[in-house]
Amino acid sequence: MTEVIRVEGLVKRFGNLTAVDGVSFTVEQGEIFGFLGPNGAGKSTTIKILSTLLKPTSGTAILAGYDVVRQPNEVRQSIGMVFQDPALDNRLTAEEHLIFHAMLYNVPRSVLTERIDQVLKMVGLADRRKSLVRTFSGGMRRRLEIARGLLHYPKVLFLDEPTVGLDPQTRAAIWEHVRRLRDEIGVTVFMTTHYMDEAENCDRIAIIDHGKIQAIDTPAALKRRIGGDLIIVTGDPGLQQDLAARYGVEVRRVGNEFHFQVAAGAEFVPRVVADFPGRIRSIQVKQPSLDDVFLQLTGRAIRDEEASELDLMRQHARRVWGGRR
Amino acid sequence: MHVARAIYTIWLREFKVFIRERSRIVGMIGQPLLYLLIVGTGISSGMSLNNAPGGMDYLKFMYPGIIGMSVLFTSIFSGASIIWDREFGFLKEVLVAPVPRWAVAVGKILGGATVSTIQSAILAALAPVAGIALSAGVVAKLLLLSFLTSMAVTSLGVAIAARMESMQGFQMIMNFLVMPLYFLSGGMFPVQSAPAWMQKLMLVDPLTYGVDALRQVAFSHTTVELAPGLAAPLVEIARSAGLIRWDLGVDVAVMAAVTLVLATAAAVSFSRAE
Ligand SMILES: Nc1ncnc2c1ncn2[C@@H]1O[C@H](COP(=O)(O)OP(=O)(O)OP(=O)(O)O)[C@@H](O)[C@H]1O
Ligand SMILES: [Mg+2]
Repeated sequence: MTEVIRVEGLVKRFGNLTAVDGVSFTVEQGEIFGFLGPNGAGKSTTIKILSTLLKPTSGTAILAGYDVVRQPNEVRQSIGMVFQDPALDNRLTAEEHLIFHAMLYNVPRSVLTERIDQVLKMVGLADRRKSLVRTFSGGMRRRLEIARGLLHYPKVLFLDEPTVGLDPQTRAAIWEHVRRLRDEIGVTVFMTTHYMDEAENCDRIAIIDHGKIQAIDTPAALKRRIGGDLIIVTGDPGLQQDLAARYGVEVRRVGNEFHFQVAAGAEFVPRVVADFPGRIRSIQVKQPSLDDVFLQLTGRAIRDEEASELDLMRQHARRVWGGRR
Repeated sequence: MHVARAIYTIWLREFKVFIRERSRIVGMIGQPLLYLLIVGTGISSGMSLNNAPGGMDYLKFMYPGIIGMSVLFTSIFSGASIIWDREFGFLKEVLVAPVPRWAVAVGKILGGATVSTIQSAILAALAPVAGIALSAGVVAKLLLLSFLTSMAVTSLGVAIAARMESMQGFQMIMNFLVMPLYFLSGGMFPVQSAPAWMQKLMLVDPLTYGVDALRQVAFSHTTVELAPGLAAPLVEIARSAGLIRWDLGVDVAVMAAVTLVLATAAAVSFSRAE
């Protein structure tokens, strides 16, 4: 495996706000690598630095062998980008977007038609080639942006919250396309999300909060870190103390439920039932989710922040996008 | 070569988006018609130029100013649209493409100038309504002047917009920069009819030179009958009354210099913006 992204000690400050605070990681070729974190964690800022849109305050980032600060043009030619906010013109057709993109990225005219066919097929938009983007649904727009990002055969495709605001079915479809791209053309995908369930689709994820990486691993390994399965028991109030004493675990009370973690949940259930005859009203085993991982790493659930001016403009854009424009 | 193609791409995008925006095109034809109608039938009957020379009426005087106005407003809007484009449009993607930022600014400026020039062409077709005679040469010169003026104004729009985060801020610019630029351009009232302190301001308003050029070109093919059997060229009447102040060459030189400065400022400002 070869390394396509190497980031070391990346810092970005805006005034006295540190948006990215000493981030280091590497991404292998052909990987789907995810940045998972709440609003304002520094995900987009990291992507902007890697795509040469922002200069880091300190630290280095090497992409496809090029330094993002010193060789921005080479880096740009090596990446495809799908921004968090839509970057399409409603009054242009799908094909026009792709042709303009090809002109900017020096895609030779001789291969252009074929390439356009290829990328549109990949994202299932081949039959909408000549349609104005105005007539596209949110999911189709996203897919067109992905197709466009791939047109010049980049080494790395950046997807900044690619499925935000889309319905679950469309989200699943986009994920299927992304995995196919990786399998068929071996492109490395760097994506951000704050949907926990979505992060499961990544080969590896970095959990980021307040500009710092809290953990990097495969989703399965991250969940293993949390210490096995969650057992949820209901029954008499004395159970909280008795369970803790008996198994040497920390038992949390959540409503009228008692939660605790054990290595192998399924085998544990008969034991609990046998050890506390007549005292258990119900018992269930839950696999830990990335939500639980996040909770454990940061001490809180993924939060929402108040809308900034950009968010307001964004909402406006979405509204306008949905309708007239 | 690659840069030239990038500029062409940005220009082509601007043009295609424009021709597909039907409401904008309707507005583009409607707005000048409206102005000409209001000025032609309303204001010009109630308002007259102080010491107007024979053969000159307010509508004729104002006609080149209306072209200047349409160029100013359309161009500044084109320049400002870079705020929106950069955040939510095709341009956002262009910013990570392997093309220099200044090329993007230049493409945008040329696109804006093209759109304004189309609007000027529509206004030129309306010249007879104002009693102005046209020839192919006059139209061609009007369009070239519109293009030049528009490049200057679009550049100004881009230069300011490149540093701006939201469209709201742009409203301020409209009120405190664009409106004064227009009122001080000599398009609405002649320079010499203003008080001395205002005349000084008018002379530093670049649009004054654009309007002066548009006026002498617009008038150049028209003769008016002062008395039965006594006809005089409109351009001479205007010049001797001080309504045209400089030679065309001077006007064009000033506008070209201003365009160069503002376009450079736009390219630099847009390249630096993060
Ligand atoms: N240009 C800027 N100037 C000042 N502060 C900024 C700027 N860009 C981002 N920030 C701040 O940096 C922090 C990180 O922002 P960033 O956009 O990277 O977050 P994110 O993880 O992408 O969040 P989201 O999920 O909302 O997209 C935020 O507090 C944000 O307000
Ligand atoms: Mg973001």
